[in-house]
Amino acid sequence: MKERRILVCIKPVPDPEHYDKIGIDPASKTLVRSGIPAVINPNDKNAIEAALEIREYWGGIVELVSMAPPDAEEKLREGLAMGADKAYLLSDRSFAGSDTLATARVLAAGIAKIGSFDLVITGSESADGGTTNVSPQLGEMLGLPHVCNVESITPQNEEQWQLNVKIEEGYLKVEGPTPMVVGVNDKINTPRYTTVMGIMEAEDKEVVIWSAADLEIDNDKVGLTGSPTQPGDLHEPKLQRAGKLLEGEPEVVVDKLIRLLRQAGVLNA
Amino acid sequence: MLPPEVFVVTEQVQGQLTPVSFELLGAAKKLAEEMGGASISCVLLGADIRDLGEDLASHGADKVYLAEDQRLALYQNEYYALFLTKFFKKQQPEVVLWGATAISGELAATVAARLETGLSAHCSDLHLNEEGLLVQVVPAFGGKVLGDILCPSRRPQMATVKTGIFSSLSKGEGAGEIIYEDTSILDGCSPLLKTLKVTKEKDRDTSLKEAAVVVGGGWGVGSGENWTLLERLSSLLGGAVGCTRPALDEGWTNGEHTMIGTSGITIKPKVYIGIGISGAIHHLVGIKDAEMIISINKDAKAPILSFSDYGVVADFKKVLPGLIEKIEELS
Ligand SMILES: Cc1cc2nc3c(=O)[nH]c(=O)nc-3n(C[C@H](O)[C@H](O)[C@H](O)COP(=O)(O)OP(=O)(O)OC[C@H]3O[C@@H](n4cnc5c(N)ncnc54)[C@H](O)[C@@H]3O)c2cc1C
Ligand SMILES: Nc1ncnc2c1ncn2[C@@H]1O[C@H](COP(=O)(O)O)[C@@H](O)[C@H]1O
Repeated sequence: MKERRILVCIKPVPDPEHYDKIGIDPASKTLVRSGIPAVINPNDKNAIEAALEIREYWGGIVELVSMAPPDAEEKLREGLAMGADKAYLLSDRSFAGSDTLATARVLAAGIAKIGSFDLVITGSESADGGTTNVSPQLGEMLGLPHVCNVESITPQNEEQWQLNVKIEEGYLKVEGPTPMVVGVNDKINTPRYTTVMGIMEAEDKEVVIWSAADLEIDNDKVGLTGSPTQPGDLHEPKLQRAGKLLEGEPEVVVDKLIRLLRQAGVLNA
Repeated sequence: MLPPEVFVVTEQVQGQLTPVSFELLGAAKKLAEEMGGASISCVLLGADIRDLGEDLASHGADKVYLAEDQRLALYQNEYYALFLTKFFKKQQPEVVLWGATAISGELAATVAARLETGLSAHCSDLHLNEEGLLVQVVPAFGGKVLGDILCPSRRPQMATVKTGIFSSLSKGEGAGEIIYEDTSILDGCSPLLKTLKVTKEKDRDTSLKEAAVVVGGGWGVGSGENWTLLERLSSLLGGAVGCTRPALDEGWTNGEHTMIGTSGITIKPKVYIGIGISGAIHHLVGIKDAEMIISINKDAKAPILSFSDYGVVADFKKVLPGLIEKIEELS
């Protein structure tokens, strides 16, 4: 049986459990997010898990790819500790400010340099930006068929795979040949925890770091310059309300609630 | 010079137009007015879609472009992207709006890559700035922060919009023209990935989006048995029940289409009653446009209380049965 080579795109994000603490500095109008730890984008752990399960079934190797600042190496080691074999960190100052299209270009350049593979697995959505654009756009940049919101991956035979795709109305059943780019959702599996053994093994695994020059990528195709979309002002949505408390014994509270529902016109009795 | 045109990519699944398609026409109308009178055009792909086209034409579209072809019956990414890329290269629109649904979101990203233009996703607002550029307001960090996105130099300016943000136009607004597009470009393509079939889960329950009262339950509801109290209350008020992610995960609810928030739906009821919900940003973004928010939480420090118009600090089990009884007595 042919061994599989699976590449998984992962992205470090500020831990979504702490998004309530993120805000905008009124003076500088910039983002305040200090003290929020980085984690592997939760959905990307599903992508790693999906790849590891395919490796367990078919044999093969699982390699991680990330475009991120140098300190992301630590997050890549976490992915290696889950069981991936090797990682590539695409890191260069010129990548900063990349939108989804420019990000897809960088990832595609890294993947092209890695060479041949059977499958690229990504998350469908990142928790911070959450565009859901990168996975299909990476497929386009690689000139490969692509599909996201995938909830199960079933190999039919050596080359043909069947995918169950979640849509609002239900599911699509999609079939196609490898290589392809698959974006998985968070229902596809439950990512495994890392073990102490896994963490120790990860220390000896290789993390390759490539710059823009290594990728022979055009400077004006990446980063803010290479991005068709440009960020403007930031705002915080107004969520605060009066927060008036209805006090008293339960019967009193019930009467107050009844009055409010009548007042709002949703209780006519 | 021709008047500017705002384009909308509408979608159908198994011969039914999706709700966001009509809402996009509402968004397009708002932009068209800001442009000082642009026309609204939409495009629809599918097989046997004449009726759907007419429906769109009577809901505010000035022009409805139909790509009618058996090969387009189901969503096929490669066929759909091929057709739309060519279509937009020919039309050269300034603005194209798409639904932020699984299908249209993926399709929009594909077409944006082929046109090498920008695409902002899940926009919560759209307007024009002084220079006439489309300001695309996108949520970041689960909706805690909103960012303006511009696409200054590439065209079209493209954005996806979630269901429930803009209001649809009512039927009878205009009677647009139907234009059939040539689909022979598909002849030269044999898609690698094939959509074989659509499995529809029972028809989507839209009552939650339209309900004047929504009772939302969170992890604090505690059990499926307690959940029936929420259902009882909502049915007495002619409303619907929604939930947070933990309540969905616990399996107390009526399915994932009832989850409200960042990864779920957005609602705008007259009254939202949140029960056993802490008030995480991921949930709040889905209810922030409710006219009145009432919450019941036993923890006086729960954030939801300050995001509510009225709060009750109590165990809901001490309040809901009495409330239900009282309403029953009254009716
Ligand atoms: C990327 C991402 C996307 C997400 N998307 C969504 C989304 O779309 N929608 C969503 O809802 N969540 C979403 N979440 C989860 C979200 O961050 C919160 O974890 C979730 O909203 C919390 O749900 P909760 O309020 O029900 O539970 P908890 O935070 O556990 O709160 C339970 C509350 O119940 C109260 N309580 C307990 N017992 C009682 C009682 N007897 N009577 C009264 N009150 C009681 C407690 O005081 C507490 O405040 C997302 C998270 C991530 C990371
Ligand atoms: N900088 C990045 N490096 C590696 N993978 C990424 C990066 N950005 C996005 N991705 C992948 O694309 C998916 C969708 O991200 P997004 O389009 O930002 O919602 C993520 O779940 C990742 O798998």
